[in-house]
Amino acid sequence: MAEYLLIESRDPSETTEVGYFYELATGLAQAGNRVTLFLVQNGVFPARPSVQSHALGRVAVSGVQVLADEFALRERGIAADRLLAGVRPASLEVAVDRLAAGCKAVWH
Amino acid sequence: MTTRTTLTLVLMDAPYENARTTTALRLLDIAARRGYNVNVFAYEGAVYVPFAKQAPHPNAVHGRDVTEEDHPNPKDWVAAIMAEAERQGGKIDWVQCGLCVDERGAAESIAGTRRGSPADLVKFAEASDNTLVIPTK
Repeated sequence: MAEYLLIESRDPSETTEVGYFYELATGLAQAGNRVTLFLVQNGVFPARPSVQSHALGRVAVSGVQVLADEFALRERGIAADRLLAGVRPASLEVAVDRLAAGCKAVWH
Repeated sequence: MTTRTTLTLVLMDAPYENARTTTALRLLDIAARRGYNVNVFAYEGAVYVPFAKQAPHPNAVHGRDVTEEDHPNPKDWVAAIMAEAERQGGKIDWVQCGLCVDERGAAESIAGTRRGSPADLVKFAEASDNTLVIPTK
């Protein structure tokens, strides 16, 4: 089993590539890997329940740990206690923890 | 004897354009505060991140002088992160892609950076615990 850190920086309304990145996360988890999807920058927008959140919600129940950068949430006025089910706010320190631990890291 | 963690970050974005630069510097800052060694390979527009001639400016539209405007410049953030790394016993080895520098006339970068080539990136990756590439779109 490998460990992956997938960092999503974009909003799904910006590009359909985000959906493919979510599928990558889900596929890696279903293949038995430990996967963290870390949302940063505009990538946190679908963590606020909305019409754009359904795909992320599916990721969050697929065995992928979904984290949202607390700083990016605050910048955008998204309350950390009102996130989509399965999405947790997290410090960017967690991403550095994962990098230091040698997780395979991909930025999108 | 413990081995110090070494990370490599690969930056591509020019400053003042995208939040990727901010996020990259936040990652770098966290690693520096932990005393990690961090290699940075800056290429394409990212060679302007530590450009020495960045200057603060006033904002006439908002009626603020240069002090009131307090315009942030990434070269100062990079210098501060390098100083923090040194305080914590780590090191930031910042390599500027030489061809990218020449194309852009960006040779004047702050102290602590050095000119290099993609061969340095290969060496960085081989010697690191992990490498994160932060590409533009």
